[in-house]
Amino acid sequence: MKQFDVLVIGGGHAGCEAAHAAARTGVRTALATMKASDLGVMSCNPAIGGLGKGHLVREIDALDGVMGRAADASGIQFRLLNRRKGPAVQGPRAQIDRDAYQKAMQAEIEGQANLTLIEGEVVDFTMRGERVTGIKLKSGIEIAAQAVVLTSGTFLRGVIHIGDNSYAGGRMGDNAATRLAERIDSFGLPLGRLKTGTPPRLDSRTIHWDGLDQQEADEDPSLFSFLSERAALPQISCGITHTNSKTHDIIRDNLSRSAMYGGHIDGVGPRYCPSIEDKIVRFADKDSHQIFLEPEGLHSHTVYPNGISTSLPEDVQEAYVRSIKGLENVEILQPGYAIEYDYVDPRALNADLSVPQVPGLYFAGQINGTTGYEEAAAQGLVAGLNAALHVKGAEPVHFRRDQSYIGVMIDDLTTRGVTEPYRMFTSRAEFRLSLRADNADQRLTGLGSEIGCVGEKRAVAFGAKMDALTAAKALLEQDLFTPRQIQGANIRVNQDGTKRTLFQLLAFPDVSFDNLIPLSAALEAVDGDIRAQLERDALYANYVDRQRQDVDRLRKDEKHAIPADFDFAAVNGLSNELRSKLEHVRPHDLAQAGRIDGMTPAALALILGRLRYLEKKQA
Amino acid sequence: MDTIFALATAQGRAGVAVIRISGPSAFDVTHQLVGDIPPPRLASLRKVRDADGTVMDEALVLAFSGPASFTGEDVVELHLHGSPAINRAVLHRLSALDARLAEPGEFTRRALENDKMDLLQVEALGDLISAETEAQRRQAMRGYDGAFTARIDGWRMDLIRAAALIEATIDFADEDVPVDVSPEVSQLLQGVQQGIQADLSGFAAAERVRIGFEVAIVGPPNAGKSTLLNALARRDAAITSQHAGTTRDVIEVQMDLGGVAVTLLDTAGLRDTDDEVEAEGVARAMSRAQAADIRVFLAEQSEPLPLSPLPDDIVLAPKADLRTDGAPSISGTTGEGVQNLVERLSATLSDRASGAGLATQERHRVALQSAIEDLSAAMEKVEKGPDLYDIAAEDIRTATRVLAILIGRVDVEHLLDEVFSSFCLGK
Repeated sequence: MKQFDVLVIGGGHAGCEAAHAAARTGVRTALATMKASDLGVMSCNPAIGGLGKGHLVREIDALDGVMGRAADASGIQFRLLNRRKGPAVQGPRAQIDRDAYQKAMQAEIEGQANLTLIEGEVVDFTMRGERVTGIKLKSGIEIAAQAVVLTSGTFLRGVIHIGDNSYAGGRMGDNAATRLAERIDSFGLPLGRLKTGTPPRLDSRTIHWDGLDQQEADEDPSLFSFLSERAALPQISCGITHTNSKTHDIIRDNLSRSAMYGGHIDGVGPRYCPSIEDKIVRFADKDSHQIFLEPEGLHSHTVYPNGISTSLPEDVQEAYVRSIKGLENVEILQPGYAIEYDYVDPRALNADLSVPQVPGLYFAGQINGTTGYEEAAAQGLVAGLNAALHVKGAEPVHFRRDQSYIGVMIDDLTTRGVTEPYRMFTSRAEFRLSLRADNADQRLTGLGSEIGCVGEKRAVAFGAKMDALTAAKALLEQDLFTPRQIQGANIRVNQDGTKRTLFQLLAFPDVSFDNLIPLSAALEAVDGDIRAQLERDALYANYVDRQRQDVDRLRKDEKHAIPADFDFAAVNGLSNELRSKLEHVRPHDLAQAGRIDGMTPAALALILGRLRYLEKKQA
Repeated sequence: MDTIFALATAQGRAGVAVIRISGPSAFDVTHQLVGDIPPPRLASLRKVRDADGTVMDEALVLAFSGPASFTGEDVVELHLHGSPAINRAVLHRLSALDARLAEPGEFTRRALENDKMDLLQVEALGDLISAETEAQRRQAMRGYDGAFTARIDGWRMDLIRAAALIEATIDFADEDVPVDVSPEVSQLLQGVQQGIQADLSGFAAAERVRIGFEVAIVGPPNAGKSTLLNALARRDAAITSQHAGTTRDVIEVQMDLGGVAVTLLDTAGLRDTDDEVEAEGVARAMSRAQAADIRVFLAEQSEPLPLSPLPDDIVLAPKADLRTDGAPSISGTTGEGVQNLVERLSATLSDRASGAGLATQERHRVALQSAIEDLSAAMEKVEKGPDLYDIAAEDIRTATRVLAILIGRVDVEHLLDEVFSSFCLGK
């Protein structure tokens, strides 16, 4: 029988990242997927990144993950979102050539040492007692592994709805993994049901592009990977069109035929990605909605009309799509559909995404109640790394909220759970001003090197960048300048007698790095990227200092670890409601306990008291 | 969770004494005392029995099923005869059952933890129970009613709305949302800031209502200040003698003046002196008098004093019983003019008390002040347009958190709720 250290089930975004991450740390890894050609397939819109999501991709890249590199190799329209707002909330995004992305992902997986690709349908786990020991394929072959990462997406009891037609299936054309679902049922994990939808795919050759607005790519593309230098593919534009009152009439007249409005779906859908039916019902006073016509590739004829996902019957889809400007004669290549699927309540998972009841088993991606490629990939990274560390007998890696969006997401999921498919937003990160897309490497690459998941090339590049940053920062901080000297360099400053460092001056809204060169000639030699980085650091310095107090408070609470066998029932004075929440989430420290919905300071004090009592008893 | 009990009424003899029991075993425990418990919220007479079955008292029993109770738990009230012996016996019997004597404030703490009250209401309840004057009662009741909570909630809603507008432009920049939301955000921030400012300006009055206004009687030695104080207080609080310079320290007397709590200060006579002890008394008199809310000057108009009266201060000539010049005067000895002084004082103080804001405690003032500063910082940035929205959002977040600390918590989910109900998202 074949034997591996870490075995990853599923070749989507979570699975690819998990397998690659585990293999990077040097453990023998296998990736099992139904079809080798489906690695990194984009089942929804052909785009990667965005606000919060772009931050996640940069973080994955900082840990030497694959998503950023694959996106840079296949991006056909790079745009930095929020270019006009503060750098903390700027997020890189790109339209992706679907085929080029899959090719890039396949190349990454095939080119990675210690990583074996297995083609076949996984139908069950093999178990020894509570422990998972490997997988069983449909062909009957069993493969052993010390740790298994499950990234089954929407395959768990997935049901597809188009109007009043429905059938079992994950993505269109695939079989849902119902046998695996039964095994997962036997673990007794809390399950919930979610839904998501897609729009009809259109044939670009039947669209009247003339007369439609175009959205261009950035002239100077912001790439995802810290190692990439330029976009690999030619850049294109997307078309923009709008729904109109005729479109809305057609949809309104046929609402009862929509799977969602006809009462066929119980799952909860995301508020930020409503179907066109939803938009028309909930925002009845709006007579037009924007649609982006996104080409799925340089050579593909498929267009993804972003903004009109639907579960209406095919004939209605055709009628309303053709009521839209530019789409009068459009042909639908594949109808839009809604999909319902099971997810595991992520509060039942540990912070390393392992399943407490089943040693050796990890969950990542959509199965944990998230949506989006980036969210899936980031979880895959966390699960893959932790599975590898588990095999090595090392401590799990814990990503903190003040350190990364990855940490924000993992904590949100495992502490607060989800009520709708979870998507990253920058507003979820309370330390947003420090967690920038541009400094993801400074936040995480060092940690990645410690874990052993960062390759030589990146480590060298990162080391050089950090040296340059440190040297330039030292130049900015080494001397104090009087207001008179500063005035002499044509920088407006209060003549208050306060001496300032150049770094402090750089925090002034109107002062750029270039303005400082008259004061210190050595700055002339500093590289452009380093200049930009220091400008951003200076801009937020005061706020970051203030936030550091919050971070310190958090750290203090994080030091109070709550043992896995802590008995919340033994804490006198906890309300039943809080006790059951605590038992459900099983926080690993006091800080996490404090983030549980409805937690009170008094209850935290009671838990802390009990922790102290237990420590004393042990000592 | 323990079940707790305590005497809810004052110690000592009274017509009725109430013992309150709260917690999961409240009904069990009561059952062992009185047998069959009446249905919730239906008062019924029951015999209260000791362990051996002897009747300790006959009581009105009133049961409340949680969460519809003061603490949010199961609660029972035993309305007993107010005899110290009965109280003792029943409390003793209770402590032998599955319950313990409550710690001070424990019922209220449970109400707080079970979300029956917020922190502001708890504070107001404390004020309500210790209210001695009508103005204090009214002010505490406003807090207990949740008026302050409601006002802060209104501010928080506006701030969450402002933050949501900004966050929508940040997190959904590639969608169909407005790019520049500065005018609406500025308007919201300004509205909240003005509201907080208004409440802060009523803080001094509110704090005075709560702890009492200070009225200082000032004047030269031997003007009859102490006699006036005694006449006002109708008791011998300050030592009075014919000897000039008797009152060396500041004497305080608390009283209720037309429903307003007042601390009357009798101060040392103001004059130059070589006596070190007296000089110290004069210095203290000066500083206390300056800090007081109102000063009553008891001095001849010709007499120069180191303090000059402020607009609301009252200036009277002393010893009305001994004078014939017709100047506005007062005498503590005969009571002449005293009623008139009381009326003037209480009119002035009632007027000031009516300007009281809902913020009554120093804790409230500090929080509101820091919220105002955060809002100013945010407004400055918002006015510059979207460039600094990320930092403005941080300022608004801080202000919102400060307000939230006054009552509860703010949560990113509230913010997203607001975003999603306001904009049609999902391109």
